Amino acid sequence: MSNIISVKDMCLWYGEHQALKNINIEIPKKSITAFIGPSGCGKSTFLKTLNRMNDLIPNVKITGDIRYEDTDIFSPKVDVNHLRKEIGMVFQKPNPFPMSIYDNVAYGPRTHGITNKIQLDEIVEFALRDAAIWNEVKDRLKKNALGLSGGQQQRLCIARALAVQPKMLLMDEPTSALDPISTSRIEELVMELKEKYTIVMVTHNMQQAVRVSDYTAFFLLGELVEFEKTDNIFSQPQDKRTEDYITGRFG
Amino acid sequence: MLNRSLSKKRKSFEVLMKILMLLSVGLTASLVLFLLVYVLVQGIPNITWELLSTKPSYLTEKIGILPDILNTVYIVIATLFLVLPLGVGAAIYLTEYASNKKMVGIIEYAAETLSGIPSIIYGLVGMLLFSNNMGTCLMAGALTLVIMNLPTIMRTTQESLKTVPQSYREGAFGLGAGKWRVVRTVVLPGCVDGVITGCILSVGRILGESAALLFTAGFAHALNGIIDGLAAPGATLTVALYVYAKEQGEFGVAFAIAAILMVLTVLINFVATLVQKYFAKRRSL
Repeated sequence: MSNIISVKDMCLWYGEHQALKNINIEIPKKSITAFIGPSGCGKSTFLKTLNRMNDLIPNVKITGDIRYEDTDIFSPKVDVNHLRKEIGMVFQKPNPFPMSIYDNVAYGPRTHGITNKIQLDEIVEFALRDAAIWNEVKDRLKKNALGLSGGQQQRLCIARALAVQPKMLLMDEPTSALDPISTSRIEELVMELKEKYTIVMVTHNMQQAVRVSDYTAFFLLGELVEFEKTDNIFSQPQDKRTEDYITGRFG
Repeated sequence: MLNRSLSKKRKSFEVLMKILMLLSVGLTASLVLFLLVYVLVQGIPNITWELLSTKPSYLTEKIGILPDILNTVYIVIATLFLVLPLGVGAAIYLTEYASNKKMVGIIEYAAETLSGIPSIIYGLVGMLLFSNNMGTCLMAGALTLVIMNLPTIMRTTQESLKTVPQSYREGAFGLGAGKWRVVRTVVLPGCVDGVITGCILSVGRILGESAALLFTAGFAHALNGIIDGLAAPGATLTVALYVYAKEQGEFGVAFAIAAILMVLTVLINFVATLVQKYFAKRRSL
């Protein structure tokens, strides 16, 4: 089993406030890793560090070492736009652009220089099929994406992320704004996607972590308390705090 | 007993206040209405095809305002042509690129102050800055109006840039788009309405501006093409109104121009509302 991400002694500050303390983690390839923990524990912050989305926030300071496929992601040689192409992101609230379904999915490939219509058509179809939404939208690709339902919008956002052919997908509570039926569709989809992609998913829902993930990392107050196979962490947690959290004693 | 007299007092007070409010609204409305009707009644009979389509001639002693109409059009075009890229560019920089929020705040405050300065001050500065160097001409007037309208365009663009959801930017960055691509493809399309609204407001302001132009653009009524026109002195409609009324005593012509300007203002406000409604509808889709 090889790792796609390896993090050593990573700390992060928002101004004076230290949001992440000494994080060490190795994320295995083609698996689903869930980040759990109470609100404000730093799990989303850590997720957004992996593709450097935190660059957009002023006053963030990061120390330590984060390697993606053995490359230091903070090295000046790394093109951050290329990094984000390799490590895609799906957000908490579905955020399709106010343009057609087709243009939404084609946005990424176009950004990275693909202009050939036939090639774009292929990519759009492949991405929408991979995101399990092709059959629902194939007849209205030119319609505005904002006309889709919330669940469809989120799958469209997944398709949009897949269209740039990433190796890895970061999902920040991708189902928290959705109804139960849409949620289970996304969960099924995520389990299919791990055949091809490495997926890291922040979730507030512990049942969701149990249902879909292979590995689970438990964050608390900016620390990574425990990182284990999901089955193990939920059956025999090593740390008292993990046990208290998953048995519902706090959080 | 005491209660009854109190409630009676209250009631009459209520009635009195209502009458006072009614009076003030009546007075306001009738003043506006009077002004509108007065100008239109005085002006419209004097609007003739000949007035609109000829230039003034001392030989035939006829007055035509075609040069003034064209001058107005030229100055609007020249001003927008210069102020749009400047104002929109500044707005994009301030909202999307600038990292020093304190500095941005100061600039925004300065821009707001700038848009409240009496226009005659712009005229004075414009005269010294532009007219003294390039001569009194429409271009000097346009440059002065550029300074005057820059804050308007910048602020309206900025405000509408702020309405573009942050999640769009995040989505685009998350796909590996660079800063400029995000701005061009996701942010700018969302602020077109602000730019257009700013433009319409500016056109209205340019049409109505006289003080700043008296200093800088001159009073001539020569018929020119746009290039020659911008290099030559010329009166816009508002300046012409002043000249005809104050210096030549041609009140008929002055009122005709006034009526035209008023109709244009109403039209511009109407278009501005339409545009805002159109974009609000498109956004809520």
